[in-house]
This record gives sequence, structure tokens and C-alpha cells, in this order.
Amino acid sequence: MDAVVFFICAAAVVVGALGVITGRNAVHSALFLLLTLVSIAVLYLQQHAALVAAIQIVVYASAIVVLFLFVITLLGVDKQEPTDDSHPVQRVAAIVLGALALTGILVLVHGNRWVTGAHSTRGALGTAESGNVETLAKSLFTDFFWAFEITAVLLVIAVVGSVVLARRSGHRAEAPDAEAGEPGARAEGERAPV
Amino acid sequence: MSALAYPDHITATYYLVLAAILFTIGAVGLLVRKNTLVMFMCIELMLNAANLTFVSYANALNDISGQVIVFFTLVVAAAEVAVGLAIIIAIFRRRQSVNADDVDLLKG
Repeated sequence: MDAVVFFICAAAVVVGALGVITGRNAVHSALFLLLTLVSIAVLYLQQHAALVAAIQIVVYASAIVVLFLFVITLLGVDKQEPTDDSHPVQRVAAIVLGALALTGILVLVHGNRWVTGAHSTRGALGTAESGNVETLAKSLFTDFFWAFEITAVLLVIAVVGSVVLARRSGHRAEAPDAEAGEPGARAEGERAPV
Repeated sequence: MSALAYPDHITATYYLVLAAILFTIGAVGLLVRKNTLVMFMCIELMLNAANLTFVSYANALNDISGQVIVFFTLVVAAAEVAVGLAIIIAIFRRRQSVNADDVDLLKG
């Protein structure tokens, strides 16, 4: 049963990922990304990570994909792109190097040699029935408390930064433009909002 | 006996191989695509591959810290998407394009 669920989800993950990079339409790429993210959430559930799976659905599959779709439709780039052949060498090189890197990783993984190390240094996962939210919270608010606070700072910086970046830079440039009477700059400032 | 024959029990190796495949697809996609929005989605694929590896190790070693670190990755991913999409919108205002080849100011 485990194997059936794993292989179905693994196939969905790979198909979704390939759909993201081959889709000619950005909206299709975003929807394939959604397929991948939801399948990964199922794989998390399979590995006793119920809370992580829930957050994967809430944050990734909902918030981030919706943000992507919002920006795609806001910018009006939701149409077919022409096939881009401006860098054929780069494309072939990327695929060859990707295959090489994958082969290298698979050789390393082969034989399950990687999964070694101390067990349960920060607390055990808990059983599938009881869940592990309590253990997770205990670890997050004791061992990882400093990192937790830093992520709060990071989020504030990201929010402020994205507001500054996405704000129309018109009003700062307005005063010198009015004096200089530069037609090009003014036309840029007066463009209809996207 | 191959490590990847049809199993009766899914070990961590299967998840690690899947994460490696997912990461490679994301990396190749980042290099071959020119649409900056799709490039961002490829970065999300790579971050998800890393998260899958963390959760797999948490399960294999029966240790909670792998799952805790996924939260930090999620926060970084959310911050990165917010700032990245703001940059894409700012570039689109100037160039009317989301094509990475059009943003070549530093090329000299």
C-alpha cells in the first residue's frame, strides 16, 4: 500500500515538474506546480510529517501558487510564448549537465549509504496516531528559537522590501521632471497602471 | 539485488532519489527557460526537493529537527517569492516584458 501511494505521488511529482519547465503558457506551468506541491504534501503525510504537509498545502499550494497566478494575470503574460531558440547551446548544455548531476547524486544515494547518524538528537517524531505537533513546537521554541526570531525579521524585511519595490516610483521623479520638462520621463510616469 | 526493485517497504532511498530527480528538473528548467515567472517556479521546485530531503531524513533518523528546518525553508521561500515577484513587476513596468534576456543592463 505504501509503495502504491509512493509511486503514484512520485509519478505526479515528476510529471508536474516536467510540466512546469515545458509548459509554453505560464498559467499551465503554475497549475503543474500545484500538482507537484500537492503530491509532495502526500509524501510528507506518508513520512509522519502531518503538520508539515498541512503547511505545505496552506503556504505553498495556496498562497504561493495563488500569488504566482495573480502576478501572471496581472501582467497579462498568460498567453503562449513563441518557442525560444536564441540559446540552443545553453539549452543542450543545461540538459546534459542536469543528467550528469542526477547521475552523480544517484550514484551517491545508491545503497542507502546516506542515512547514517545519531537518532533522535532533538526528540523523536512520535507515532502516527499521536502526531508530533507538540515535539515540533517544543523544538522550534527552544533549540531553534533564535532562528525563529530571525525569520520574523526576515519576513518583515521581505514585506517592506516588496512594498518599496512594487510601489510606483513616479512621485519621486515628478518634481525634477516638471522643471526640466522632459517629455520621455513624463510619459513614463503617466503610463496607465498595469 | 538492485536498490530500486519493486519494494514491499518504501525506504528513505526512494524519497531521496525522487528529491534528486525533482531538484535536477528544477535546475535544468531554471537554465533553459527565459520567462522569469517560470524560472521562479523552478526555484520553488528546487526548494521543495530540499524540503522533501529534510523530511525524509527526519523520518529515517526519527529526529524532529529535519521537520523544523522545513519551516525555515518555507519562510525563506515565501519571502523570496514576495520580493522576487515585486522585482518582476518593477521590471515589467520598465520593459513591458518578463523575458530574462531583455534584462541585460549589466551586460555592458
